[in-house]
Parts: sequence; structure tokens; C-alpha cells
Amino acid sequence: MSDDLWVYSDKVKNHFTNPKNILEVDEKEYDYDGKGQVGSPACGDMMVVYIKVENQKIKDFKWKTFGCASAIASTSVLSEMVTRNGGMSLEKAYEITPEQIIENLEGLPANKIHCSVLGDKALRAAIDDYFKKQEKKNPYKDEDVEIVCECFNISKEDIRMEVLEGATNFSILQARTKIGTQCGKCIDKTKKLLKEYVDKYYKEKIYNPEKD
Amino acid sequence: MDIYLDNNATTPLHPEVKKEIKNFLNNYGNPSSMHETGRKVKSKIKKARENVAEFFDAPANDIIFTASGSESNNTVLKSVLFNNYDFTPHIITTNIEHPAVLETARFLEKNGIEVSYLNVNKDGVVTPEQVLKEIKDNTVLVSIMWANNEIGTLQPIREIGEILEDKDILFHSDAVQAAGKIKLSLRKSKLDFASFSGHKIYAPKGIGVLYFKNFEKNKKTLVPLIHGGHQEKGFRASTENTIGIVAIGKACEQLNKEIDDEIKRIKNLRDLFEKKVEKEIDDIIINGKKAPRLPGTSNITFKRVEGESILLRLDLNGIRVSTGSACSTGSLDPSHVLMAISNKAEVAHGSVRFTFGRENTKKDVDRTVKILKKEINTLRKMSPIK
Ligand code: FES
Repeated sequence: MSDDLWVYSDKVKNHFTNPKNILEVDEKEYDYDGKGQVGSPACGDMMVVYIKVENQKIKDFKWKTFGCASAIASTSVLSEMVTRNGGMSLEKAYEITPEQIIENLEGLPANKIHCSVLGDKALRAAIDDYFKKQEKKNPYKDEDVEIVCECFNISKEDIRMEVLEGATNFSILQARTKIGTQCGKCIDKTKKLLKEYVDKYYKEKIYNPEKD
Repeated sequence: MDIYLDNNATTPLHPEVKKEIKNFLNNYGNPSSMHETGRKVKSKIKKARENVAEFFDAPANDIIFTASGSESNNTVLKSVLFNNYDFTPHIITTNIEHPAVLETARFLEKNGIEVSYLNVNKDGVVTPEQVLKEIKDNTVLVSIMWANNEIGTLQPIREIGEILEDKDILFHSDAVQAAGKIKLSLRKSKLDFASFSGHKIYAPKGIGVLYFKNFEKNKKTLVPLIHGGHQEKGFRASTENTIGIVAIGKACEQLNKEIDDEIKRIKNLRDLFEKKVEKEIDDIIINGKKAPRLPGTSNITFKRVEGESILLRLDLNGIRVSTGSACSTGSLDPSHVLMAISNKAEVAHGSVRFTFGRENTKKDVDRTVKILKKEINTLRKMSPIK
């Protein structure tokens, strides 16, 4: 990753100046199977993604984004990632992390990561929407809501989603969810779960248990 | 050719300033030395001080050279702390100040000083009445910027000065953005202190000015930030930044000749630019249009698109601007000023600041509007906001 806050990689620049797979028609005309939306104009970032699904694979992916250069580039690169080689399976697509998007962009400035990589989240919302439309249960989402933190009503699945969205250590997770800040009895279990998910999604590259 | 429309961030050196610096470079003498090598530099500093004083309509004795506008601001505000009042002092400022004032005020607060931050009204201005209402028995200083950097609104410095005149309260203004863009008269302003910066008026970075009214009589009202040698009448130690001082002197001498015509010319450019943008691009807001503002500042919100992406797309076309979008500043809060005048975060996120200076021409305006129209169009096509 670049140390200089203002230098974007060439890959980001290319996707920003020449974005791929923008939805150019009205959404009704596009006839999508699933739609996901995250962010809002007031936050400075907003993103809508549309998917077409065939044989449990993403056949097509279109998007619209309001946001800064990295928000635009990250959605554009995501659209390539999931449609490459005949389309990504819904299962794999559901577990895309911001790290993977950033890797595909050949890095992002540190101050841009948490605010502008929303694509994975929007994509998960679109996959949820797809299953809802099909009136099927989403097999990639753990519907069994086992509560880990009673004080803040945080489930196992909530923690997994936070990890997928970049909460790769306990302090980040706690800052985002307040988990363990009341009675504290959930802390051990949370740390165990966190390690499990981080190992799974980040291949031990980022998580450093010593830090917590 | 690049088009530089970020003159509120910094300005290119004036060609005469460049010449002056080149000619000066062999003058390495220390102005404190008694010999001729030093004396020669000393006399150049004296001349520079007179030029600065004349440009801002102040006595030369009241001009102190510092290293930056930030240093001048820090000197004034931190004096409230160093002065050791036998009561808890209170100061008044606004929430749209430059960080050099705002962060210093927060530092004072941490050290037990009371601070009131005035909100600007929907025109981006604080009123004298607001200041009056905030004054308490323990108020010792009021610090209000002369012109705002983002939308260029001018604060009623003269009127606020009149309110404070018969009171035992010091009055400071961060005049960094106003300098060189409008005509300033410190003599008429009723200010006790004002801060200026060289690089906003076509001189180099690293040179600033502190105006200190009636320095000889009042020098005890402030405490030096830098102790040491006897430079700047014992108020600001450090061997003088001789090149910077000579440069800012030359810049002021030149601006003094040019300013009347330049104000008109730059205002015309800005107005032409806004007229063209209004005509060519729909769904825009010109921020602060109704308020009195700097002649070369234009702050425009392009609805449905985000400021940083506009900035970068213009940058790729060689056009340099800046934005109030939170995304670009590293903080997550959108600009105070834009929030105050619009009450909508979207307005700040989509805002771009174009600031004209002495090198800009009508051709720059034409090309900028043309490219702007194209890029806004492209970005709006990918925007999900209707
Ligand atoms: S159960 Fe998590 S803080 Fe109490």
C-alpha cells in the first residue's frame, strides 16, 4: 500500500477514468435478479449494485456509485472480479472482503479503505435480495442467530459480517459494535470466533492475536 | 497548459518577486552584524517592512515578521495562556476559523481557558450582535477571520471592531485569506492584531506577518512564542528569514500598484465563470453567492456528484481546484461553513472551490467550463442519485 495519502495506484486511476460495467439503462429495463444498496448521499458515498444470476453464478453485474475516486474504482474492479471466467459462484461472492477488492486495485491509500470500499457489502445485499425474490433461504447466510453478546444483542453472524467488512482485530470490532463493553462475559468467546473468521477470510495475513 | 485555480491554497511567485529573490541571493549577511555585509541586509529588511506596512495601511513599527500565518495566530492566542491572568480568561472565536486558530483555541480550552465558538449564519457570516451577546466580564480576546477560505465570505471586521472599541478586550483577525484579494486598512480596522502569510500573496512559503498595533506602547499585552535573540524588536527571536522578508516586501510593493485593477479583473473573471457554469451545467448551487465575499473565490456544489471525483478528473485534465468534500480532507465531517449555509451534508460533499489569481485569464475560464461540463456529465451518468 502506498504511504502517500494522495497517490492512487495506476489500476485505481484506470478504473476511475474508465469505469467498467456501469448501469447505463434504467434499472427497470435491466431486469436484474438482485439489487443491493448501501450508503447515502449525506455520508458522501452511495452505491447500488445489480446482479443477474444463472446456475448459482453471477452472470452479470452492473452498478452506480456516488463517491470519491476510490469508491468508483472499487465498484468497477468488483464488477470485473465477479464476472470473470463465466462468473463467480454466489457462495464465493458472498464472502468477498474489502481486502480482496483492495488487492485487485493494487492498493488504496490508508485513509480511503474504510470509507470507500462498500462494494462487498452492496454485493451481499444484492445476493440476499436475489434469494428473497426467489423465496428461498440464503444458504450462505447463517440464519441461525446464535447470540454471542447478550448486552448488545450481537450474533455470530453479525461478527462474521463485521469481519468480512474489515474488522480484523478485536479493537476494530469493539469500536464498531461495542461488543464486550458492558458486562464483558462475551469477550473470550468473541475473540475465539474472531480468530476463526479472520483465519478463514484473511489467511492469517493480517490478524495478530498479540495485538489485542 | 495547466490551469491553476487554487489561489486560496497558495499562489505562484510574482515575477517581480522571483527577480528580487534572485538578485538578493548573494546577500548572505546577518542583519544583526555591525559590519557592512550585515548592514546591507538590515537596510533591505527595513525597506521590506515599510512596503508591507504601506500595503496594509499600518505603521512600519507595528509590523513583526514571523515564519507563517499559523505562527502569528498562535502567538496571539497562546498569549492568553501565558499571560497568567488572576481569573479564568474567556475568548471568543468562530467555528469556521482556519485550524491554526481553531486547534489553538482547543489547546487553550484544554489548559483551562474558556472559549466560545460562534456559529455563522446562513450567509456564512457572524454578526456584531452575536459577538456582543457572547461578551462576559472575563472576556479578554476576540479572534475572527477576515475572509473565509472556503467560500470567501467576508466577516464584518470593522463593525465588530467598533463594538469592542470602548471595551478592555483585544481584537485579532486571521487576515491570511483577505490579504492581497481585497484592500485592507489596518489603521481603520480597529484591530489590535492581524495575521498574514507570504505565500498567499505571491511571496514564498515560510514567511508570515503579525500586525501588532502600537507595538512600542502595548508590547506587554502579548508574550513571545519564541524567546532568544533581540530580533524583531525583541519580540520574535530567530535570525531573520531574510530572503522571505525581502520577497514579501517586494510582493506588497507590487500588489500595492496592481491591486485596484486586479480586484476588478479577477472579480470579472469569477463572475464570468459563474455565469457560464450556471448556463452550461444544471443542478448546481453557488455557495455564498448572496453574501459579501472575496472577488476571486467561487464555491460551487454540483448535485449528485462527489467533490473529490470532480477534483481528480479536472486534475487529470490539468485543472487544479480543491473541494470541501470530507473525503478529501481526511476528516469525516463535511465543512462547517458549507454545513452552516446549507444545513445539508450533500452540499459539502459535492462542492468544488475555484479560486482565481493574478495569472488567470479569460481563456482559463472558457477551458475550465468546457471540461467541467464534460466531466460532470460523465460522473452524473454513474451516480445512483436521482
Ligand atoms: S455479553 Fe457482551 S458485554 Fe455483556
